[in-house]
Amino acid sequence: MRMTAWFLAAGVLCSPLAIAKDGAAILHDSCASCHNLTGPAPQTLKELWARKAPDLFYAGNKYRQEWLVGWLQKPQRIRPAGQFYGDHIKRGEKQDEVDTATLKDHAALSGDDATAVAAALMQLKPKSDLIAKENIPPGKIPEYMGEMVFDKFLGCMACHRYEPDEGGLSGPELYTAAQRLQREYIASYIRSPQAWDPKVWMPNKHVSDANIQKLVYFFEALGGEQHDAK
Amino acid sequence: MPNKIWVALLPLALASLPALGKESAADNYKTYCVQCHGIDGNGKGINIRDMSVQPRDHTDGKAMSARSDDTLFKVIKEGGPSIDKSVLMPPWGDTFSDEEIKDMVQHLRTLCKCKPAA
Repeated sequence: MRMTAWFLAAGVLCSPLAIAKDGAAILHDSCASCHNLTGPAPQTLKELWARKAPDLFYAGNKYRQEWLVGWLQKPQRIRPAGQFYGDHIKRGEKQDEVDTATLKDHAALSGDDATAVAAALMQLKPKSDLIAKENIPPGKIPEYMGEMVFDKFLGCMACHRYEPDEGGLSGPELYTAAQRLQREYIASYIRSPQAWDPKVWMPNKHVSDANIQKLVYFFEALGGEQHDAK
Repeated sequence: MPNKIWVALLPLALASLPALGKESAADNYKTYCVQCHGIDGNGKGINIRDMSVQPRDHTDGKAMSARSDDTLFKVIKEGGPSIDKSVLMPPWGDTFSDEEIKDMVQHLRTLCKCKPAA
């Protein structure tokens, strides 16, 4: 009886650690060659151009864990023109085009590995100070109002898609942003992209607190449509 | 004595610090401007299809010579609305230093092969 209790206690204590260890090992062995797991973000353009995939060293401040688990098993393209768009464009007949032949698909993980990797990624939280500064109260916005802010007032659609075939291509699509990202991260990143990624090609538009809130609500309204990233 | 030399050299070392991290205008253009203004600077970037206002063609000498260097500096730093133009042109003041923006204005002059009209 005492032995059984010991085993049960050991099981409860060890299981999460075992998962975290496996996830960290997978990250180290299979992900670190493309993803930066330790920081810092690129400080020069040369470093920016050399980046092969999104930085993951602050993944725990950025992603929603349940989304990570699903996406890692069935990855779909989030950045229509790849990590750095400049590496994946060519001259076209009417305008520059994305050179899709140069884009690579992300590897898919098994369910167990995806769960372990997601758990390990969620441990990476070096930017919690930035997240703590954000406070988005519960709220909603009609989608057309959000689109007005996103498109007409702030011009975000120049670089971001808000529907699978509407908007620009050099930034990540945002019609799955609310499923993918923590709302405080969305707010903080809009407030200052450079605080997260000093050389990124997204400018700081000095968006007001009110409009940051509206954008978060807009992405949540878009998320209700359950688009699949393509 | 050696300490005094270091103290004397310190202002020189500090004065050179702002130059660290400065990027060339060509590299900045390739990274930040090409997404809308195009590989060739002709306003035909990958993002333009759904834009309500099309980006400026930087190779258009006539249109570009109508803008003063100060106006170009202002629109790069503060964005389109600062000169009554489109919100689709964002402010780059948090991305570029003033020195980099000045270099960018000169880079635009090489793209348009033009000078500001007197």
